[in-house]
Amino acid sequence: MPLKQKDLLGIEGLDRSDIEHIIATADSLKEVSTRDIKKVPALRGKTIVNLFYEPSTRTRTSFELAGKRLSADVINMSVSTSSVVKGETLLDTVMNIEAMNSDIIIIRHSMSGAPSLIAKELKSSVINAGDGAHEHPTQALLDLYTIKERLGRTDGLKVAIVGDIAHSRVARSNILCLNKMGVEVRVCGPATLIPAGIEEMGVEVYYRPEEALKDVDAIMMLRIQMERQGSGLFPGVREYSRLFGLNEARVRLAKEGAIIMHPGPINRGVEISPAVADGPYSVILDQVTNGVAVRMAVLYLLSEGRA
Amino acid sequence: MSILLKGGRVIDPVSNIDKVMDILVEGGVIAEAGDLSKYYKSKDIEIYDASGKAVTPGLIDIHAHLREPGFEYKEDIASGTRAAAAGGFTTVFCMPNTNPVNDNRAVTEYILKQAAESGACRVIPIGAITKGSLGALLTEMGDMSEAGCPAFSDDGKPVASSEVMRRALEYAKTFGLTIISHCEDPALSAGGVMNEGAVSTRLGLKGIPSAAEDVMVARDIELAKLTGGRLHLAHVSTAGSVGHVRRAKAAGVSVTAETCPHYFTLTDEAVSAYNTNFKVNPPLRTAADMEAVISGLADGTLDVIATDHAPHAASEKAVEFDLAPFGISGFETALALSLRLVETGRLSLKEVIEKLTVNPAKALGMAVPSLAPGARADVTVIDLGLVRTFDPADMLSKGKNTAYAGMTLTGWPVAVMCGGAWTFKA
Repeated sequence: MPLKQKDLLGIEGLDRSDIEHIIATADSLKEVSTRDIKKVPALRGKTIVNLFYEPSTRTRTSFELAGKRLSADVINMSVSTSSVVKGETLLDTVMNIEAMNSDIIIIRHSMSGAPSLIAKELKSSVINAGDGAHEHPTQALLDLYTIKERLGRTDGLKVAIVGDIAHSRVARSNILCLNKMGVEVRVCGPATLIPAGIEEMGVEVYYRPEEALKDVDAIMMLRIQMERQGSGLFPGVREYSRLFGLNEARVRLAKEGAIIMHPGPINRGVEISPAVADGPYSVILDQVTNGVAVRMAVLYLLSEGRA
Repeated sequence: MSILLKGGRVIDPVSNIDKVMDILVEGGVIAEAGDLSKYYKSKDIEIYDASGKAVTPGLIDIHAHLREPGFEYKEDIASGTRAAAAGGFTTVFCMPNTNPVNDNRAVTEYILKQAAESGACRVIPIGAITKGSLGALLTEMGDMSEAGCPAFSDDGKPVASSEVMRRALEYAKTFGLTIISHCEDPALSAGGVMNEGAVSTRLGLKGIPSAAEDVMVARDIELAKLTGGRLHLAHVSTAGSVGHVRRAKAAGVSVTAETCPHYFTLTDEAVSAYNTNFKVNPPLRTAADMEAVISGLADGTLDVIATDHAPHAASEKAVEFDLAPFGISGFETALALSLRLVETGRLSLKEVIEKLTVNPAKALGMAVPSLAPGARADVTVIDLGLVRTFDPADMLSKGKNTAYAGMTLTGWPVAVMCGGAWTFKA
């Protein structure tokens, strides 16, 4: 059964049954990547365009592998945002791509709302691979997959997201996704990195990790953007790391067996200590593995049954 | 030829008149008012049947962007004034953020010449406070006022320096001129594209906190107090600003303030689908701010309803939300939106008409409009019962960037006369 929507623009447009359907599909597709010949013909003849306006290695590669393992033709386009400002508009660019008969356009863009702008104009399915500080739905789905895989359930769990909530699309998609799945979500960071009105998304706000991490089932650390140092939002990495970084002592505040997650790429020794990142409860590499399966599921479910 | 407006409900706030009567227009002025049935059969008088309609002084918009010179692809004086006339306006004050900026007499005279040649309403240029609106050096306000600028503003940009604003208010006082402040602390609003709050957080868009406006309103009120200069506050959008203005007026500070239809009609929730037609500066605020703005209009804290008509080309708005220019094309919906305040019982019809005629004239030191004999024949005929669903395709402005596409509104201008000549008929 395909998804009812043409596009995947965010978790916001999905309901719980859509999410469970994607997760179940990912579960059945995960095995493909462990085969000797890692390929099924599901999307043979489909054209997928990876349109990345922001540098990305992990997400782009993950989508590319997902498409290729489903036998689609995958094209990668990297465009620098500055050329958008000066030259062709985003809409003109995607109309040109669609004129070459694309089926799915996967877009990563530094500006929130860019995927919905193009989705309105395109017949192709659009997948949001991260837009500004808005959403990164496949990241939230792969995080959810990993939580279910490790903890066996979602209802009643407590998850803390720690770091730069204000600029994080991963945080927003995870808040929406986890809430829909019955998880209690906490966010934690210095007040300058907690955006106005975030409580209205259904989270509890904490300023101190000592309180936020108490009895949680999973800890999601967010990458701290080094370039935000000196922007006035926090004094520097030294204090941030000391007061908000995840070390072994803070991990012990969480529930026994709690898992440690990070969307990557990690800054070792900044938001997460090497011992924690590489420790027994870290599922950071599982997240990466599951990313391919979840993206295969999304590609498959958006293509199936569509002309 | 003389024109007789027959049997309309004449609403003339300044003479405190609200009754059915006839008005005779001759030689560009109101010649007679009252029962003029003696002229009904006259062959050399054009009879306009205004029965069942309201007849008011021509509407005055003290905040508009006509885009000429420099941005004629967005709007020009010909198209902008036709749109203004269709919106019921007979006088429009145009902001100086053109290219070149209206910061010297030559540009002022150019605008007035274009308006005289192609304008469908009276155009009064507002001069820039600082050269190039760069916030540093004062313009030749005396010279420009002789050329026709009654007020000065760096609208679109705040005057960031308190010292420059202080001197602007003082210098303008020399000539009895008004300073119009676009209240925005540029450091607080930097990079922002919508109101800061739960909606901007959900959308991942950079917010502009209401404090960015409030602190500048407070600053400018203090500077008006210090200097005794005449201050008018443009496009008030926040509850905080309304409070500051209310207290300032109670304390006797010489300040007037305007708001715009979008601030009493829409909230930041409208941005939810990244529709750039809702991107405006100051941004659409919360429901609490909207309520405070309406209360401010109702108790007289906010004197004026102005459009902040800001037309843009369709291609400029069909981009990422962050990249789209700020502004709503507002001439053609302002009256109908304002009349909703009457419909909902928040303002009387007389109050709404005052805020669109008498009060804007007073705020910028223009002759107070009236329908009494001898007054200039600027007249707007309004069908208060006309129900219309607004379609951008019908707009006369080049900028179709309306925030009200598909909205059904009641009460529209049906005929407009400027200086005794028809400028619009529905």
